[in-house]
Amino acid sequence: MDQACETLGRQINIMEVCGTHTVSIFRNGIRPTLPRSLKLLSGPGCPVCVTDQGYIDIMLEIADRDDCIIATYGDMIRVPGKDGSLEKRAKSNVKLVLSSEDAIKLAEENPDKTVVFVAVGFETTTPATAVAIKDAAEKNLDNFCILSGHKLVIPAMDALLSEKNHKIDAFLCPGHVSVIIGTDAYKPIVETYKRPCVVAGFEPMQVIEGIAEICRQLTNDAPEVISMYPAAVTATGNTTAWQIINTFFQPYDGYWRGLGKIPGGTLRLKEEYAKFDAMKRFGFNEIPAEDLTGCRCGEVLCGLIDPADCGMFETKCTPDSPVGPCMVSSEGACSAWYKYGRRRKRRT
Amino acid sequence: MTDSKKENKILLAHGGGGRLTSHLIEKTILPAFSNDTLDKLTDAASLDLTSASVCMTTDSYVVKPLFFNGGDIGKLAVCGTVNDLAVAGATPVALSLSLIIEEGFDIDTLEKILASAGATAKQAGIDIVTGDTKVVEKGAADGLFINTAGLGTRHENADIDFDRVTKTDKIIINGTLGDHGMTIISQREGIKFDSPLQSDCAVLSGLIADVLNSGANVKFMRDPTRGGVAAVLNEIAAASGFTIELDEPSLPIDETVRAAADMLGFDLLDIANEGKVVFVVDEKDAGKVVDICKNHELGKKAAIIGEVLDKEESPVVELKTKIGGRRIVQMPYGRDLPRIC
Ligand code: SF4
Repeated sequence: MDQACETLGRQINIMEVCGTHTVSIFRNGIRPTLPRSLKLLSGPGCPVCVTDQGYIDIMLEIADRDDCIIATYGDMIRVPGKDGSLEKRAKSNVKLVLSSEDAIKLAEENPDKTVVFVAVGFETTTPATAVAIKDAAEKNLDNFCILSGHKLVIPAMDALLSEKNHKIDAFLCPGHVSVIIGTDAYKPIVETYKRPCVVAGFEPMQVIEGIAEICRQLTNDAPEVISMYPAAVTATGNTTAWQIINTFFQPYDGYWRGLGKIPGGTLRLKEEYAKFDAMKRFGFNEIPAEDLTGCRCGEVLCGLIDPADCGMFETKCTPDSPVGPCMVSSEGACSAWYKYGRRRKRRT
Repeated sequence: MTDSKKENKILLAHGGGGRLTSHLIEKTILPAFSNDTLDKLTDAASLDLTSASVCMTTDSYVVKPLFFNGGDIGKLAVCGTVNDLAVAGATPVALSLSLIIEEGFDIDTLEKILASAGATAKQAGIDIVTGDTKVVEKGAADGLFINTAGLGTRHENADIDFDRVTKTDKIIINGTLGDHGMTIISQREGIKFDSPLQSDCAVLSGLIADVLNSGANVKFMRDPTRGGVAAVLNEIAAASGFTIELDEPSLPIDETVRAAADMLGFDLLDIANEGKVVFVVDEKDAGKVVDICKNHELGKKAAIIGEVLDKEESPVVELKTKIGGRRIVQMPYGRDLPRIC
């Protein structure tokens, strides 16, 4: 790493794409162990944090209906819409689930209510949602539907790199997502933008080894896709999982919180499965554009500005009442900056 | 038949002060707690204390599920309040225990919970001397809520104060982190593990008395319940003005609990304990306190987990991680939510 910093003679910015890496880097205190000129940029964070305001507002509107039960992953309840979050609404028809399977069970146990599953997540959770739809279709479960906010990782990486002034030198790619999407999925990124994509595990040493590999590639100016994840990451990924995703879902240009519309970055149910689509069932045509005027997450993510440069930082946007994804995620760049700011003051 | 079935459920009249109330007190409550003071059923308990230096505390218990592996709401209501007294340097003397019961609650279940509370109090050598029972309409409470208040006399060696914390003091805990919280969360989420998780719910007054009796220079104590060790240490740092450093490899952690926390995305420093105490001890007595803990059944895995560093304008709690990194340990947000990634 030191060698890479020396050879390049400038700051190196590595983005970890996935929230699980961000958590590991944060919990294990990896940043302070790296050379000073090596900077880790926290990527779009977890799929929950990038869920847009418009999606949340629709979810809240559905939660207001007495004939519905909202089945959601726990961390989702804190993500804010235009006014409030599921947590702040404190409704009794919101049930926390750990899997889409639990949501199906809820639907079976409550035949007189419609269970709306808050379907968010990257490629790792989408197959499970697809299986739930398949299950519901086979069981003729009419009181189950999903509000799809599933996201795809590669289009987001692409969008970040197509930003003119981005300062991203390389990507640390998530092992578990890569098991599904395969290493070939990163090839266009490497070919088009000449940026290393290194797949790594989440243990602290695996993260560090991944960073070291990126440094090696940067020093040699030889970007490529390499998997250092212990579990098998094949070139084509898990085709069974992909097949089931493709059977039920199709990509469209959806919003990512703070980042705007990302071409092909969000998944929605195909027309054939419209009856399981909460949007259609409750008469919503389109997820409305969000209004996070002033939030500069896009620039923060790309390493263009520090969180403190955002006008809302610490004033309108705090960890307890977050605006953008970088603050929603407790390990996001803005949230971390908020916490560590005190410490920086202390050291000077 | 219908009558006896009816009688096995709590009715609004059980809290109305009439015949059913007396019946409930005599048949269900007194047998669980019976002692000379309580049995008189006076409006207020009279106590003769051995010291004029008195500590008092109160807490309410609303845990769900009511029964969990390693305890239940009754045991918890006694342990929690006794422990609050003990960490303040008090020898527990008496407890009050009040029930808020939802109409329709099962009386057999109530008996089980009260028996458990009674047994725990007995084990701690403390009497439940007064109490109250209210019944609320169905839906106005979730099954059963318990409030306990506790009275204790100050231990002669106890001088527990944030202001006494200074640089080089050691941070000690009497065992593994997060057992209670992870047990409750796993049970609530319906997750099963090969070796079941077990709450650490226990009365700490005996262990703490052993430590204080030794004359060790204990500067501060607190039980890391809600918010876990992270909350306690952040409070100490903020109130004393000293930065505290924790050493990750020294943290005692049960492997199954760790697996559960990893799976659900929790940080065990944030998770509740119900049978743990964090001591801040003068450096030269730290070894002695760990040894005393290890000699007690509730302190087998006791360890020094950190130390007090410099006084600073903005003190923090920092963790030295396994790989030699560092991070700030935050005051937890206040509600633990499983995360999907
Ligand atoms: S401080 Fe808040 S509003 Fe500003 S960039 Fe960060 S998340 Fe967005």
